[in-house]
Amino acid sequence: MAKEKKKKVNPYKTSVMRRKEARNGLLFVLPWIIGFLAFTLYPIAASLYYSLCNYTVIKPPRFIGTANYRALFHDATFLASCRNTLFMICVGVPVTTVVAVSVSILLNYKKLRGTSWMRVVFFIPTLVPTVVACLLWIWVMQPDTGIVNTLLRYIGIQGPGWLSSVKWAKPAFILMMIWTCGNAIIIYLAGLQDVSETLYDAAAIDGAGFFKQTIYITIPLLRPTILYNVVTLIIGVFQWFTEPYIMTEGGPSNATMFYSLYLYQNAFSFFKMGYASAQAYIMLVVAMLVILFLFRVLKFGETEMDS
Amino acid sequence: MKNNIRLYKFSVFLRRLLIWLLLFGFALLFLLPFFFLFTGSFKTSSELFTVPFRWFPKKWSLNNYRAVFTKIPFFRYLRNTLIIVFFNIIGALVSNSLIAYGFARLRWPGRDKIFLIVIATMILPYQVTLIPVYIMFTKLKWIGTFLPLVVPGFFGNAFYIFLMRQFLVGIPRELTESARIDGANEFMIYLRLIIPISKPVLATVAIMSFMRSWNDFLGPLIFLASDKLYTLSLAASMLRSNLDPNWELLLALGAVMVMPVLVLFFLLQKYFIQGITMSGIKG
Repeated sequence: MAKEKKKKVNPYKTSVMRRKEARNGLLFVLPWIIGFLAFTLYPIAASLYYSLCNYTVIKPPRFIGTANYRALFHDATFLASCRNTLFMICVGVPVTTVVAVSVSILLNYKKLRGTSWMRVVFFIPTLVPTVVACLLWIWVMQPDTGIVNTLLRYIGIQGPGWLSSVKWAKPAFILMMIWTCGNAIIIYLAGLQDVSETLYDAAAIDGAGFFKQTIYITIPLLRPTILYNVVTLIIGVFQWFTEPYIMTEGGPSNATMFYSLYLYQNAFSFFKMGYASAQAYIMLVVAMLVILFLFRVLKFGETEMDS
Repeated sequence: MKNNIRLYKFSVFLRRLLIWLLLFGFALLFLLPFFFLFTGSFKTSSELFTVPFRWFPKKWSLNNYRAVFTKIPFFRYLRNTLIIVFFNIIGALVSNSLIAYGFARLRWPGRDKIFLIVIATMILPYQVTLIPVYIMFTKLKWIGTFLPLVVPGFFGNAFYIFLMRQFLVGIPRELTESARIDGANEFMIYLRLIIPISKPVLATVAIMSFMRSWNDFLGPLIFLASDKLYTLSLAASMLRSNLDPNWELLLALGAVMVMPVLVLFFLLQKYFIQGITMSGIKG
């Protein structure tokens, strides 16, 4: 006891057992340490260096300072990819979140029977391999023969050209984003399970109906879960690649040129590795800032209870 | 009074019905692409392109499925995919259980700080590491082999480490303490005591790793240079980018690729859901 009161005692110096434990601990995590150094830390440093270089793989990298970064901001395609990605974050992410939260709250509505199969239905689209989902959505979105426009025609609306239309291509991608929001729904449903029943009972006694309960109890308590899903979605949008690559290749006229797609093209179609690395770094910084903004400024991660 | 109660009950019933119908309609919309995939895979090419849209094929013909197995080297693609999937699952199970054990059940200086780094790597966009890793693999002459898609799996994955650590932290210390006092070495404790009781979380990790490598597209696209090594996903995208893609074959191929995942999901639903809900819990 007396020993513990002195702050400076280092158990690793005094106990053979603890030293052995520490050595074992490091041995167990050794695979991660190696992997971290080789596949994370070194690449992070290397891509920072490449981003300051002219690098085409064939010749060794040549240092050119911030030229890549400066060139990017005069690159019309890059700016278009930023605008498109921003659009998805500002429109696609909120729309998807509203849909996912609403569906989850309704699914969680008490005394509602026959919804367990619906949970499965909302989840299974996430199981479809991305490439297959893309092939499917090319057809679902077909202007003449697609299911979406066929249904619209039944209710008397002439549907747009979706993926082939500059104006409607991005909304088509948002629809697809909604279709694959099953993971978020599962997480929301788990979050809703944690909301105590007594809160609703108390609110009901005070005369609050379903909608008031939702706005004043459910949503505030769900805030950390919403934040988690929003962050996941935003990271997802930044990394969005397979869908635009297969479905539109960025077209029509760059309407679906998203950030990662253009990064991929620069790196692996044009072999401008330095240029692409600069893009990756801008993305890293922006993604971090967005996440930080959500946590700090909007205090999104805290529930009403915490504050 | 009695009438009022009846009215109230009716309005509650009506609201429930309304919510149910709303969800029902929405669920049907979510099912439509699946409906199209399965009916479309039986249609002929001309049926696919008829206007107006035809909900069911005129004749349920298996020709498209036959074509998948005979017209393209389907079994080679399947074998390639399964090789990658197999080694990814093995790698994920072995490496992440070891690493998580080191983080959860052994004390060493700086452990918790390093664990924060593990968590932080989860939100690191892969694009930041992709190019140097690609160049590294090029220099190692690994491009055009399965190695780039398999080897990194043996060095742990932040999310799986997190999942497994959460599980292992929950196992009471007494369980391993007595074995340690009896002089069992740490690896034996891990292998004989911890692994057997970690089956649920190991199953979750195995499934997630299966899903990830079965669905992966970017990895194969970048690292597998030759047609001989193509995975199913990559082959499907290559067939689609043909000038005149054979759409009815592609739909049948898609159906064949979705089927095993759906079957697996219905058999092991619990483990699928577990992994996802765990991810939502704050670390």
